[in-house]
Amino acid sequence: MKRSLLAAGGIVGVSALLLSACASEPAAEDGPVTITYSNFTSSGGNEDNLQTIVDAFEAENPNVTVDITTLPYGDYFTTLQTDLAAGTVADVVDTNYDFFPQLASSGSLAPLEVTNPESYRESLIDAYAVDGTSYGLPSSFSDVVLYYNADLFDAAGLDYPTSDWTWADEQAAAEALTDSASGTWGDHQPVSFYEFYKVLDQNGASFLSDDGTSVAFNTPAGIEAAEWLTDKSGTVMPTIEEGQGTADFDTNLFLEGKLGMMHSGIWVFGALADAPFTWDIAVEPGNTQQASAVFSNAVGVSAASDHIAEATAFAEFLTSSQTMIDVRLDSGWELPPTSDEDQLAVYLTKDSPANRQAVFDSLDSIALTPLVENGQQEMQDIVTEELIEAQAGRKSVADALASAEERINAVIG
Amino acid sequence: MVLPTVLTAPAAPPPQRAPLSRKKKRASAGYVLTVLAFLLPSAIPLTLFVLGPMVAAAWISFTEWNLITPMEFIGWENYRSLLADERTGQVFLHTIGYIAGYLPLVYIGGLALALALNQALKGRSFWRGIYFLPVVTSWIAVAIVWRWLLNPNNGVVNLALGWFGIDGPGWWTDPDWAMISIILASSWKDLGFVMVILLAGLQTINPDLYDAAKVDGAGAWNRFFNVTIPMLSPSTFFVIVISLINGFQVFDQVYAMTGGGPGGSTQVVVQQIYDLTFRYGAAGEASALSWLLFIVILAVTVIQIIGQKRWVHYG
Repeated sequence: MKRSLLAAGGIVGVSALLLSACASEPAAEDGPVTITYSNFTSSGGNEDNLQTIVDAFEAENPNVTVDITTLPYGDYFTTLQTDLAAGTVADVVDTNYDFFPQLASSGSLAPLEVTNPESYRESLIDAYAVDGTSYGLPSSFSDVVLYYNADLFDAAGLDYPTSDWTWADEQAAAEALTDSASGTWGDHQPVSFYEFYKVLDQNGASFLSDDGTSVAFNTPAGIEAAEWLTDKSGTVMPTIEEGQGTADFDTNLFLEGKLGMMHSGIWVFGALADAPFTWDIAVEPGNTQQASAVFSNAVGVSAASDHIAEATAFAEFLTSSQTMIDVRLDSGWELPPTSDEDQLAVYLTKDSPANRQAVFDSLDSIALTPLVENGQQEMQDIVTEELIEAQAGRKSVADALASAEERINAVIG
Repeated sequence: MVLPTVLTAPAAPPPQRAPLSRKKKRASAGYVLTVLAFLLPSAIPLTLFVLGPMVAAAWISFTEWNLITPMEFIGWENYRSLLADERTGQVFLHTIGYIAGYLPLVYIGGLALALALNQALKGRSFWRGIYFLPVVTSWIAVAIVWRWLLNPNNGVVNLALGWFGIDGPGWWTDPDWAMISIILASSWKDLGFVMVILLAGLQTINPDLYDAAKVDGAGAWNRFFNVTIPMLSPSTFFVIVISLINGFQVFDQVYAMTGGGPGGSTQVVVQQIYDLTFRYGAAGEASALSWLLFIVILAVTVIQIIGQKRWVHYG
């Protein structure tokens, strides 16, 4: 079995040749149509919510049936690339902001004629357009905030985090909350690419050079930002030896009431709904300036689809219908990409956390994911890898950033 | 699996020379057909899923290809950049580190089990079955169980170590321990395989040899080192060849337990091939690395087959 890996690429190649030889006939004009939709966004708890939206679409379009495939995030992009290579890609596919450029530039996505572009948040619909043409429609967005356990703050006699907080405030509170006797930690922030570009921005540094062909983080401000992440480890945050960095580690520790603060996305709201203590959120503190990470997902229509019109109609329904807005706001399934602020106001009235305003305030200063033309995923892996080397004490932070700089420049240059 | 030809039975005595009659010729043609018929069921999948893809990978290794856009022929560029990239050396080093830990552990453990279960023990077949069970279990299931066992926070292993006042390590979450965790899990899983091979080897040792050694006054240790070990050498050789070939291709457990992390500390060659193909859009470079790995494994195996003349005793 293992030997077959030697040939993994080969199998893909051979199947691509075989499948391209039997491309299907164009479908009849008016008969019932089945379109396929491959997604990761509903996996892990929102499958029923997606089904509600799809049912509403099928009710409005009795001729069209949507066949859904849901994959976990971790497997989705591998599967998508294999499907693209083999010519078995679904009519409508999920993507995220990071992967979109690769999809669009490979010609895998059909240009979309959007009937209602004004109904989308402008910054979001623009993120999925190339030279003014949409190749994807934003389906949701979310951001990262600072969670805190209010009971622990009360017990320590500390003031709650506010949107004016800086790193120094967070550090002071984290130290006051950390209590090794009771196994309580003050803070948690993942040591990874997705935190690093954001803290760079929070420290007035940037990840990429202006022309985007080399990195710009190996500077004193960049090193300070990296240390902001790695120095938490073992002081106010558990070390990787203690399991920090594994899946859901922070959420579980927080739920156990043993974590004062954590940096995490608003997608964790659901998991914390039954927490036996009071918790709330605040805009993430910055150092020289504030910057919050915003993530968005989108759907695209396969350029190879036989039913581009139906697939586009479904993509629009999935990303702009009232049903979608209601389902997302009701269930807290990230945020709908709508431009209608009045609709979003409903979100603020929901319970827990109380300070939902922080979710929108975070959008005022955004740190966008740095994107490169070649080697996006490899660049991200290198950053995380080198930061972990530093966190584990196998390298100094300065050495890790110098090494990351050299390796990434070789990949993206 | 590659079965070295040296391990097959001794060559049959040369056939008697007789002039071939027409009848015999027809018989031999029938013989060839029979052989082919027996070979086909494995030859077809072998060609389709191993040889064909290997040839395809050789072609792909000379192209730049991200699986989506058309391939572009770039000659030896992938090989050049792989050899210039220090990452390539690192992934081979990680792989060799894995083998260096895994091979002695699985061999010594398997030998100990084989020796124990070669005795007239009660419930011997039951124990043989138990130790072979992990061999036929899916790696994904095994890896998930080991991740639980070795979980730094609430895993059974660290809990048990805690009873003895030992503060267990971070296992697969700690870059310094992650490879050790993979070695432990792999050795545990493959113990049964090594045990079965060595058990078969032990049972072919002529008991007269032990009797003769006893008569000569050899103690238990002496008999072990001067009879058992040399007589077991063909089986040992087989185990080492197979384990090295499999060891260089270690992947399933790495993918499922650490994904090459943390901090790239368990990034082995095949994990790198996987990442290059499916994460970094570099199927050409991945195919080139596959062929480099193939050449390394071939070289190591050939060296072993040449070297075995010095230490493997047959009969």
